[in-house]
Amino acid sequence: MNMQTRLLIAGFLSSTFIASAAMAGGTHPTTGEALADDQTFTYRILDEHSSVDPQVVEDVSGSEIVRDLFEGLMSQDQDGNLVPGVATGYTTNDAKDVYTFTLRDDAKWSNGDPVLASDFVFGWKRAVDPELSSPYSWFMELMSIENAAAIIAGEKPVDDLGVTAIDDRTLEVRLSAALPYFPQMTTHSTTFPAPQKVIAQHGDAWTKPGNIVSNGAYVLTEHLPQERSVRERNVMYWDNEHTIVEKVVALVINDENVALTRYLAGELDRTEVPAGQYPRLQQEYPAQAISFPRLCSYYYTFNLSEDGPEAFKDPRVRQALSLAVDRKIITEKILAGGQPEAYTFAPEATAGFTVPQVEMSAMTQAERDSLARELLAEAGYGPDNPLTFNMIYNTSESHKKIAVALGQMWKQKLGVQTDLGNLEWKVFLETRGNQDFDLARGAWCGDYNEASTFLDLLQSNSGYNDGKFQNDRVDELLATAKTADNTTKLYTEVEQILAQESPIIPIYHYAGVYMMDSDVGNWPVNNVEQNWYSKNLYKIAE
Amino acid sequence: MIAYIIRRLLIAIPTILVLIVASFFLMHFAPGGPFTSERPLPPQVLANIEARYGLDQPLWKQLYDYLFNIIVHFDFGPSFKFKDRDVNDIIAQGFPISFTYGSLSFLAATSVGVSLGIAAAIRHNTWIDYFAVGLGIAAQALPNFIMGPILILTFTLWLGLLPGGGWNGGQWQYLIMPVIALSTSYMGSIARITRSSMLEVMSSNFIRTARAKGLPTRILIWRHALKPTLLPVVSYLGPVFVYVLTGSVFVDMYFSTGGLGQAYVGSALSRDYAVLLGVTILYGTLTVVVNLLTDLAYAWFDPKIRY
Repeated sequence: MNMQTRLLIAGFLSSTFIASAAMAGGTHPTTGEALADDQTFTYRILDEHSSVDPQVVEDVSGSEIVRDLFEGLMSQDQDGNLVPGVATGYTTNDAKDVYTFTLRDDAKWSNGDPVLASDFVFGWKRAVDPELSSPYSWFMELMSIENAAAIIAGEKPVDDLGVTAIDDRTLEVRLSAALPYFPQMTTHSTTFPAPQKVIAQHGDAWTKPGNIVSNGAYVLTEHLPQERSVRERNVMYWDNEHTIVEKVVALVINDENVALTRYLAGELDRTEVPAGQYPRLQQEYPAQAISFPRLCSYYYTFNLSEDGPEAFKDPRVRQALSLAVDRKIITEKILAGGQPEAYTFAPEATAGFTVPQVEMSAMTQAERDSLARELLAEAGYGPDNPLTFNMIYNTSESHKKIAVALGQMWKQKLGVQTDLGNLEWKVFLETRGNQDFDLARGAWCGDYNEASTFLDLLQSNSGYNDGKFQNDRVDELLATAKTADNTTKLYTEVEQILAQESPIIPIYHYAGVYMMDSDVGNWPVNNVEQNWYSKNLYKIAE
Repeated sequence: MIAYIIRRLLIAIPTILVLIVASFFLMHFAPGGPFTSERPLPPQVLANIEARYGLDQPLWKQLYDYLFNIIVHFDFGPSFKFKDRDVNDIIAQGFPISFTYGSLSFLAATSVGVSLGIAAAIRHNTWIDYFAVGLGIAAQALPNFIMGPILILTFTLWLGLLPGGGWNGGQWQYLIMPVIALSTSYMGSIARITRSSMLEVMSSNFIRTARAKGLPTRILIWRHALKPTLLPVVSYLGPVFVYVLTGSVFVDMYFSTGGLGQAYVGSALSRDYAVLLGVTILYGTLTVVVNLLTDLAYAWFDPKIRY
């Protein structure tokens, strides 16, 4: 919806006095669909959220709630494009290191106070304050805000952060380096404003229902830990008249099969489909079982550090193992949820990323297998000198199935012996982080919608590079890409080097596989980051 | 008797201290920590967080501070995972829930189990016996993680009679399935123990004597056989009582009851040290108290036992 139609609708609505509450049970203002009387959206979350404090929250289900409760400078639309949030727009200097945001003058907190530039300054300073010690303070560092790193390190006072409220409606941000995609980063919950008065009044208890004051389309009205949380329409929200869903309920259901049963019993509007069940559900409920690409990759990483096995130092061995993985079997027989096979690290769904043609993706599996045998033989491994190594993964039914399938494929095709290690999550992270493995499972979801969120993982000095892959050319290309206008060529070359060197074995890209009640309107299936806002949803009359 | 109780309570103090210290060190020696994550935190950020929670201090100092806060302020510390809540909050919210469905399950398992066992024993080798034994074995073979999904499928999806989960302040509709799921297998065990104990008692000399002097069966059972029959059952019930009271992770997982069982297992997996220790102390204290009560109950059931 562009600005003009939005204005037209707003004008129409106010002139005919159709208040938001009257919209329930009416028709949708743009699509004309009949709306359900009960505008409650109920969905399942796997686990209790960590917090609803925007500067503290660190998990996906918590961020989903925070995006409804609070509104940042910018938001995302259905397709993941940037749209105005509290800010109506921004300007930047030529060097792209100073951004000035203009705030809308009708934005209010749920207690009626206006949302001011100083609320953002307070929130951002809070995010880097060592006293709050936010687990996401590194995000402010990633945003290159002036002095963020020094403040986190305790070397400078919090007030030195490069953010200033020029006046009530103007926010200036100074960066330590040019960052073309800075505005995109302001959709992240860490950058949301915080209500200074309320936090001062209630301290740590400010996020409890009754205490909490927020500036988004919803307010938190109920929270029963490990059971559910409820958020309801915020009548003070500046765009309240366009909000249709009255109430959003998140139910904590740990077991996905129980969640599916409760969905089928009509208790939920949305739940995840357990691995392998998608084909059956799609046949039985074609309008409800949906699958769409996500911005995540599933892979195995070789240990290329000094502690790693000698065999993996030979790229031919790594390539042979990657070639012999029949990804179709994993995506179609094991997961069966519409996941795309992966031959590159960054998923095709990434914005502005064209999947480069890597050699392997054009070959048939039979061709890959015979090339794999050749390469492994060249490297000196065969029946007389079989390749053996261990592979680790964290406890989960589907990780186990995939690991077993991989081991079996390598055994049958290449005579390779694998030793599978199933580790509890924290033990797994520690083992992998200490390079105490030969081959380890890995998965990564993009922090923002740009290929560098994936490819940076393989930069030599990245803290996430658990396989300790080192390639000077890759480092150089990734550094150039940071400030380049056109990154396609650079990323293509990186992916080609990765295909050749095979520091990782990409297996598949994630899909969002859901059961979604067909009366839920406007779910953003095209938003690959799955940043959804309840204010954009509606329930259709059945 | 009073002296015995006081002595037992005094012994409980070092027992719980040992429990705290052992759990504290075991917990810290487990690989990974509360802030180990898929996205390792930059060292400076991690340092700030550890400083906030005192995790940068030497272990003995952490233990000392922890004990000091418990004893002086009755403060069990903050949760590392659920940053909006502290351990006192988590226990205050979860324990009443676990206590409610746990004590109901305990009552259900005991009353049904004991009745079934007695019925089976006094109608030894009749269809009642076979039925009760069959039911007991079937129930025992159905642990709560099997019962949970079966119940939800039956009562929520097929029959549409009960809500599939949640707590809602403990309304009866939300209680039925958790109680059945949690009590079934205990009921089976209690029925079997009661039956075999009763059979043994019924063939003992004092019962034969009572029978010989012409006492009616009903009085024989109620007045003479019941108490000795229940003695082994009581020793089984003690630990069961603690277990069901403190909640069940499976019940919490399947029925989203929000009890302490899920919080306990979750805290172990996420290395939420303070929550893990807090709940361990609660479990330990309950165990000590219930064991004492069980021992006192022995004396009532068996006059030969004296303290």
